[in-house]
Amino acid sequence: MGVSVANSRLIYDALKACSIRLISALPETWLVHLIRLADEDPEMMLVRLSKEEEGVGISAGAHFAGVNSAMLMQNHGLLAAINGVVSFAHLYKIPLLMLISYRGTLGERDPWQTQGGNVTEAVLRALGIPYSFLEAPETVSRRIRQAHTLTVSSLQPVALLLMRDLMWEE
Amino acid sequence: MLRLDCLRAIYPELERCLVVTIMGAVAAELQSLGHRPNFFYLQHAMGLASSTGLGLALCLPEERIVVLDGDGSLLMNLASLSTLARYNPGNLVHIVFDNQSLLSVGGFPTATAAGTDLEGIARASGIRRTATVERLEQFQAAATEAIRGRELATIVARVEAAGPATFLTDLALLENRFQFSRCIQQRHSARNA
Repeated sequence: MGVSVANSRLIYDALKACSIRLISALPETWLVHLIRLADEDPEMMLVRLSKEEEGVGISAGAHFAGVNSAMLMQNHGLLAAINGVVSFAHLYKIPLLMLISYRGTLGERDPWQTQGGNVTEAVLRALGIPYSFLEAPETVSRRIRQAHTLTVSSLQPVALLLMRDLMWEE
Repeated sequence: MLRLDCLRAIYPELERCLVVTIMGAVAAELQSLGHRPNFFYLQHAMGLASSTGLGLALCLPEERIVVLDGDGSLLMNLASLSTLARYNPGNLVHIVFDNQSLLSVGGFPTATAAGTDLEGIARASGIRRTATVERLEQFQAAATEAIRGRELATIVARVEAAGPATFLTDLALLENRFQFSRCIQQRHSARNA
């Protein structure tokens, strides 16, 4: 029982294949291996945040500099970053590749995660953020590539929700 | 000390830098001195100017980054000071104009009016080079030295709560944004030519 090392590696390798050179992150249980992989990779700039909204500004700066970036956060981190998404990424047409661990859904044991799970997709829809799911290992690479392609071509945030069946091994 | 006079004092230095400003009076006053393509005005998203500067500084180590922040904006993202200190980019200078006021919404006092010390918070966050300045010649010396230096610095400039009559300018947000990113690309190409 624990976070899937193999699937974390799959996600990380797919990000690398998209030439992601900067990752901003705030730790949460499902993201520990992804953050460790970024930390151990000399080609990757890992920026550990104090609050997720900072990551919007950092990714915007990276984009202006011509550097592809990704954000790792929990769904509650998305909630904490909303004004940055709307008042910077949307207002200024900034691509954001957001990988969001989708806590508080079926199988969730932590009571404190459940309310955020209820509202995550409704919030993404209200914000007009295109989103998809990373759930089956065989589609992870393609979906990350597609999300990266869309965020760059549309110059807007795109979200990938990291699902329990991919991230957590019972 | 007027913010406009501070901006005028460092304006020649800014030509060689990439500049990120906050919204409102700072953006309008810098534009009133003459817009340049290496100036980006973050006209909303209060608090994220310093984060944007950090992203630029980490990705463009050969550039000098100057962030022109304000007390109201920085108070919304104090966490940014801890992240700046953690990554300690030597090519970033963080200037905070502290007028103790949310000027653009009518001058409501911020926490700095009640004694919150932004330089103290920056220093306690781990930023090693900090200063608070109250006179124009002090500001010019401290800011110029920091911009020409090789060390992360936060300079708090105590300024009067006064600004331009209007914050609207004729530069569209997206025009500024695309001009800024194009300018960075061109500087990068010229450097590598």
